[in-house]
Amino acid sequence: MRDVAVIGVGMIKFGRYPEKTVPELAAQAILLALKDAGATMKDIELMTSGNLYQSNAMIGQRILQVIGQTGIPIINVANACATGSTAFREAYMSVASGAYDMALAVGSEQMGKMGLLGGGGGGGDPAYSTEGVLGSGLMPAVFGMAGVEHMRKYGTTQEQFAKVSVKNHKHSMHNPYSQYQTEVGLEDVLNARVVSWPNTLYMCCPTGDGAAAAIVCSMDKARQFTTKPIRIAASVLTSDPWTQRDLTMPDINTLTRNAAKEAYEKAGITPEDLDLIELHDCFATAEILHYENLGICGEGEAGRMIDEGATTVGGKIPVNASGGLLSKGHPLGATGVANVCEVVWHLRGEAGNRQVEGAKVGLAHVIGLGSACTIQVLEK
Amino acid sequence: MAEAPTAEKPQEKTQKPIVPFLRIPADGGKPYLQGSRCKDCGATYLGGRMACSKCFSTEPMEDIKLSDKGELHVFSIVHQSAPGVPTPYVAAIVDLPEGVSVRCNIAGVEPDPQNLKFGMPVQMTTETIRTDREGNDVVAFSFRPA
Repeated sequence: MRDVAVIGVGMIKFGRYPEKTVPELAAQAILLALKDAGATMKDIELMTSGNLYQSNAMIGQRILQVIGQTGIPIINVANACATGSTAFREAYMSVASGAYDMALAVGSEQMGKMGLLGGGGGGGDPAYSTEGVLGSGLMPAVFGMAGVEHMRKYGTTQEQFAKVSVKNHKHSMHNPYSQYQTEVGLEDVLNARVVSWPNTLYMCCPTGDGAAAAIVCSMDKARQFTTKPIRIAASVLTSDPWTQRDLTMPDINTLTRNAAKEAYEKAGITPEDLDLIELHDCFATAEILHYENLGICGEGEAGRMIDEGATTVGGKIPVNASGGLLSKGHPLGATGVANVCEVVWHLRGEAGNRQVEGAKVGLAHVIGLGSACTIQVLEK
Repeated sequence: MAEAPTAEKPQEKTQKPIVPFLRIPADGGKPYLQGSRCKDCGATYLGGRMACSKCFSTEPMEDIKLSDKGELHVFSIVHQSAPGVPTPYVAAIVDLPEGVSVRCNIAGVEPDPQNLKFGMPVQMTTETIRTDREGNDVVAFSFRPA
């Protein structure tokens, strides 16, 4: 495998765009990324398109019909919440393998106000729907229970989970791409209506629309386009291995730990070398678990880590300087590419008022149930 | 083309489980959860399996009748669910002694975290919850404090 760099990124502000089509949203992000790279569609040899809800409708091809049909291979990718990040990894792999010199990864989604996912089943007869009868397979409950498991093991409190929301919303104030740029206090978070205990409304990511794009290129060729290539030091994808409860209660910890271990080995770093992390805070509970899963603190220490402010911008290891999914939004297919954009901007020193000063190494993490985990390690 | 309707058959209304791994004995015995155990590594599963996802054995699995008593592993109080699903309710993971975990509702307690204790003993009960399109009774299970 050869060295690959990100040479251009672009995203649109996440939000609600009911008057736009998905190809229009994705095209905006691609054009921004191409401009950022100083490239055109003629330079792109392969495209991967991450989109969950339209993955069965040749969405990648329809995107290029808006901005330029060059006849290149297009791969439509779906991998739950890890859809965009898996598309990014496929673009990376196609260049790292030597098969192509330059590839484009785009992630897009239009969710509107579509809320909770899942439910249904029973071959179409709603009488056999298990939602609310046999517990809940909906994400708020799944991540609620994952947080409760951490409470059980380590005595973590609802207040500690709530502090994640306070921190990420504070970060979002400086991110013009964030769907919400609203500060919330601890009492606001705790007093908000409960969605799935212990997660209240502000501890759940909003749904919405969005698009993001990244252009990856062999390191040899990258310097023709940019003086600031960002090296992809590792790009890892794992699925859930067998664990005792996994089939009943998705084990979001083990596959993240496996991905982190592999990513650190491939990148030749330890968690201490990281300057910033964009991780998958689909719910506030998830972020706490991933501090330990990514190895930035010891077992059972994540609650203390949020108490001490270690993961706030300016702290020991800033997490979700973008505002995280809790503020930025989580248009499923776009998410994984957008967090690559965010890390790239920090490594280039272009993150404005939310800039993590002197950032040299960053990590982008996404998890999709059930289950897929991606980790990208990016280096200046 | 739809087939021409044949003579009306008297349709017998039966009890049907909400999920295949809930077994309702034909002899009127107590419904139970069915599981399977890998004969090679001992991993246990809720319902049937084609192969063992722990050790990959493709030997036919041992069919096991799971215990109706277990203990509460974790829970969440669901206040917002899919359209039409009444809230709040307690969504939980219950561990059975055979090494199987079950996703379920905890019934018989007010849905408040204070009423739920990690490791508390729970007992399975079944009841008819709905009628399906064909008029069959749909039977579901839940657990309640033992």
